[in-house]
Amino acid sequence: MSTPGSPESESVTAGPATEQREGGMGLTLKIWRQKNGTERGSFTSYEMRHVLPEMSFLEMLDVLNDEIVLKGDEPVAFDSDCREGICGTCGLVINGVPHGPGSGTTTCQLYMRSFEDGATIHIEPWRASAFPVIKDLVVDRCAFDRIIQVGGYTSVNTGSAPDGNAILISQDKAEEAMDVAACIGCGACVAACKNASAMLFVAAKIKHLNVLPQGQPERRQRTAAMLEAMEAEGFGNCSNEYECEAVCPKEISVKSIAFLNREFIRSALTRTGFSPLVTEE
Amino acid sequence: MALESHIPGGPLAEKWDRHRFELKLVNPANKRKYHIIVVGTGLAGSSAAASLAELGYHVSSFCIQDSPRRAHSIAAQGGINAAKNYQNDGDSVFRLFYDTIKGGDYRAREANVHRLAQISTQIIDQCAAQGVPFAREYGGTLANRSFGGAQVSRTFYARGQTGQQLLLGAYGALMRQVQVGKVDLYPRHEMLELVVVDGVARGIVTRNLVTGEIRSWSADAVLMCTGGYGNVFYLSTNAKASNVTATWRAHRKGAYFANPCFTQIHPTCVPVSGSYQAKLTLMSESLRNDGRVWVPRDAGDRRTPDQISEQERDYYLERRYPSFGNLVPRDVASRAAKAVCDDGRGVGSTGRAVYLDFAEAIRRDGLDVIKQKYGNLFQMYEEISGENPYNTPMRIYPAVHYTMGGLWVDYNLMSNLPGLFVLGEANFSDHGANRLGASALMQGLADGYFVIPYTIGGYLANTRLEPIDADNGAFRQAQQDASTRIQQLLAVRGRRTVDDFHRELGLLLWDNCGMARNAAGLQQARERVRGIREEFWENVTVSGTEGDFNQVLERAGRVADFMEFAEALICDALERDESCGGHFREEHQTSEGEAMRDDEGFAHVAAWEFTGVGSDPVLHKEPLIFENVALTQRSYK
Repeated sequence: MSTPGSPESESVTAGPATEQREGGMGLTLKIWRQKNGTERGSFTSYEMRHVLPEMSFLEMLDVLNDEIVLKGDEPVAFDSDCREGICGTCGLVINGVPHGPGSGTTTCQLYMRSFEDGATIHIEPWRASAFPVIKDLVVDRCAFDRIIQVGGYTSVNTGSAPDGNAILISQDKAEEAMDVAACIGCGACVAACKNASAMLFVAAKIKHLNVLPQGQPERRQRTAAMLEAMEAEGFGNCSNEYECEAVCPKEISVKSIAFLNREFIRSALTRTGFSPLVTEE
Repeated sequence: MALESHIPGGPLAEKWDRHRFELKLVNPANKRKYHIIVVGTGLAGSSAAASLAELGYHVSSFCIQDSPRRAHSIAAQGGINAAKNYQNDGDSVFRLFYDTIKGGDYRAREANVHRLAQISTQIIDQCAAQGVPFAREYGGTLANRSFGGAQVSRTFYARGQTGQQLLLGAYGALMRQVQVGKVDLYPRHEMLELVVVDGVARGIVTRNLVTGEIRSWSADAVLMCTGGYGNVFYLSTNAKASNVTATWRAHRKGAYFANPCFTQIHPTCVPVSGSYQAKLTLMSESLRNDGRVWVPRDAGDRRTPDQISEQERDYYLERRYPSFGNLVPRDVASRAAKAVCDDGRGVGSTGRAVYLDFAEAIRRDGLDVIKQKYGNLFQMYEEISGENPYNTPMRIYPAVHYTMGGLWVDYNLMSNLPGLFVLGEANFSDHGANRLGASALMQGLADGYFVIPYTIGGYLANTRLEPIDADNGAFRQAQQDASTRIQQLLAVRGRRTVDDFHRELGLLLWDNCGMARNAAGLQQARERVRGIREEFWENVTVSGTEGDFNQVLERAGRVADFMEFAEALICDALERDESCGGHFREEHQTSEGEAMRDDEGFAHVAAWEFTGVGSDPVLHKEPLIFENVALTQRSYK
């Protein structure tokens, strides 16, 4: 996690919005502004008045942006879409923590009642060389797509599937797969990791498919290919800090990384011609 | 132009098989020579792009999100229907067909809906093979539940994240084709124009949302899988970026827009708390299985719920609909909530909410049972509202959720413009005037995996397409149009924000063209929309520049299109002088406030032809012919 502390460039006072919002909190926002991927960025300070506790964090930024636009300035760029915690689009580092305070939630599910009147809040983008900044708080996460592209699926053409009930899967197995399939690909795990490792993301997808019977034919190839792609994209490796698990909005366990490590060894051994005794979990 | 639906002949159950045989095939060696554009990467778009690439076509896939995996299909919670009859409880293809036709209040095509029911079973097979972690029974078979009042258990689900898991399956299939070079992927690209050459759809114009570059792309066919237009109401359960631009731009180029007034309002959403609110959050309909809906008996009663005694409460759904009670269909529950709030009996700070009370269920089943069933939903509610629903009733209110209307398509999913195909929520075809729960995911995947791979072959094999490149005059013109529009938006430099206009438009539609509509209100709304639109073009402020990552500009373009589309929506609602499904005209109700259809006058699809902004569109009617079901009036008493 990076720590805020770059020099502040300018201070803009954002007055109350056009609607009648009375009372509420006063906040100081220190927001990372960066014109594009090549120019250097810095923090800009904004004073917010009348922030209501029932506002979501992103609605608070919407209000700020409306005020900035009416002043003729450029609003703060940030990504969001579903605003209910499932699409994985949003992601801000808030006071040094990806997705901010509160566990098991995305940025869009954070509400202002989590903050106190008079607080100063630092807002930054995900920081990882594999996630280059596009503008302000928006980063490019296509590296995740390129990792999925090499093996995050079962190769089954449309129309060639057997009857759904021809593949029996125990309830435990289905639940185990679902626990990790819940990953929304937001990238908070990478942002939280001092190595910018994508191990939790990769492990979640590999475990989802490798524990299921449908994933067996490509099990070893998938593991090797996805890990290779992860490294090629410039993500680091895991050094057991558990920061990823702490910020994961879907609370995916680091145990899946242990699973991934076993899968990796198994896959590597197979490629050397060694065939392990145990082939199924 | 006469509307030709191209419904195949023969008995209902044989139409699709017969049609598949009669469709011409494209030689496998020739498929790679065809280039197909797919706009949108939700369930319909991803499944179509992947399936066509697997067949050998060369596909270009565009989406506005930063990754195809984030399309709004991902937010669907409940499940996906399929007529598997795994539960041996009397389901069949015909029953799913019948329920869907009836649920749509007899405003959908029989042949399309029957095909959908037939295909539904293959979808589950395909998704299971992809590794979608569907819920399972102890013996390892697929689990089902009854959903949305259906009398059979035909809904397959993956926790509360069915949409996400199905989309990840389709996204995986898509990415596999990217890897083998059959699909070129363009995320953060927005379609701004459809290019029509000699009456045939031959390409699109896009804006790269990162660099601002405007570019043309030519192709042999264009598939639009761009979702619904619920965000015309500003507040809806749709994602922030969901928009009507792609379909509206195609409409302006000649594609007919069908039944835009068929919008679905979902009764159980977290109510609005203030004007800053960006969107509404859906709470699963399953809550109505155990929650009791009520408001104070007397108007203006502002006491907290714990101070209101049983005698002073009105459990209005149980009172009005003794046999269905709290489980009446979505449209009925929504209108009833609006009615009690209009009476001044609404609750919460805004008075636009009703209680959904679990006290009795907790007393009856125990806290643990309720926690197990609804724990995640209760937690979500508490995060948003700051109130604990175990101790105090939830406050809920209806919100726009899904749009049944869309671009008109024939049985092959082709619009009236040859070469333009429309899939998923973006078309109008399968849900009539009201969609059943767990049917949206089914339709998106049916269109993409199992309809378009056949019907596009029929089109390509039968059509002589001249080679074309993006230097063609029509492309240059479309590109010029897109650029000019952006310049115009940037040049206004007014004093009101884009969202401010969007909010005003949304509220107007919600009040006059929402849960209940009447002629006077609609006529007024139409005038007001014109006024808002005029002011928009004189007084909107769009900051930044065109050649940059500019989210205000993106939104401005979408809102500008909503401003034009809104008038078409109102026009259709005005023209359809009956009540059916999600379209409730106050002039047409029984003495008990139930919807009254007019099958003599309105058993048709209303397909609108664009004639210019602000000028009256031309109505084309496609009669709906029912040969296999008898039209009945719904009753939930």
